[in-house]
Amino acid sequence: MNVEVQGPKRMISLLSEDGSVIFSISESVVTGWIVILIVLAVCLILTKDLKKIPETKRQCAAEFIVKTVNNMIETNMGKDLMGYAPYIAAVFSYIIIGTLISMIGFRSVTADISVTGGLALMTFTLITYTKIRYNGLGKYLLSFVNPLNIISEVATPVAMALRLFGNVCGGMIITMILYGALGSLSTIVYNGLLGLNSDVYYFNIFQIGIPAVLSIYFDLFSGAIQSYVFIMLTMAYIKMGKE
Amino acid sequence: MNEALLNAQATVLAAQAIGAGLAMIAGIGPGIGEGYAVGKAIETIGRQPEIKGTATSTMFIGCAVAETTGIYGLFVAIVLLWMNPFLKHLTGTV
Repeated sequence: MNVEVQGPKRMISLLSEDGSVIFSISESVVTGWIVILIVLAVCLILTKDLKKIPETKRQCAAEFIVKTVNNMIETNMGKDLMGYAPYIAAVFSYIIIGTLISMIGFRSVTADISVTGGLALMTFTLITYTKIRYNGLGKYLLSFVNPLNIISEVATPVAMALRLFGNVCGGMIITMILYGALGSLSTIVYNGLLGLNSDVYYFNIFQIGIPAVLSIYFDLFSGAIQSYVFIMLTMAYIKMGKE
Repeated sequence: MNEALLNAQATVLAAQAIGAGLAMIAGIGPGIGEGYAVGKAIETIGRQPEIKGTATSTMFIGCAVAETTGIYGLFVAIVLLWMNPFLKHLTGTV
């Protein structure tokens, strides 16, 4: 059985007259729209007719989420950087839903290096903005007198992008290889039982249930930890940029 | 397609596979490092059980940062295995 690991497919393409692709929208972007719609729907449902004293469970859940994020920002970044809370929460919800969406059959959004690169670039912009805002442009430019600082400045977004991409994509590849191996195993067992030697398609009985156990680690646990690590590093770098 | 080109392509593919395997040796370092970090974190929790939450979250961040070098190795292996970066230099040259 062949194991084919493919990048994100082209979903919508604009072709020129001779058939070459001018512009195309990849699978990651389309799945990203679905993720954004899910986040938007959850936000709209949770914040529908809010009261001063919460009456519904929905409002309690919304307040719990906001309070958790605010507490995390306050302990990690300090009180005067609370304005970054919406950005952190938005990035966190996008990454975690985009990673866990592979559980219902889509391709993970974060298994595409363009997406994680974009997220890391956003964080990099925010870090640079914080540095200039709190220390002034002159002091920021003066830090590049030591040329080693340029390397460390560039390495920050590259490392963040590659960390998220490598973890999610590595998990995806391992799951795919396991699927292929279990399919081959089913074929071998069927052939052994029936005394045949053929490549006929059988129902792959070993593919039931066994991948789900590994999926708990590689999809659920690893995805949640990596999105948590991404926002924790964002907060740590922004706090470092302020000092 | 002549035989010399086929041979050259086979050599490049074999070298890519070997290179991908060698690149994954990078997994040794993060394995040792993360094990050491987790061991130290457990020692800390054993000594001061009241800071379990802080120790755990700090440990996860440290593990993630230590993992980066291993992820670089994995990235190089993925590029070598599925993107064939050297094969395009061959076409039509032999």
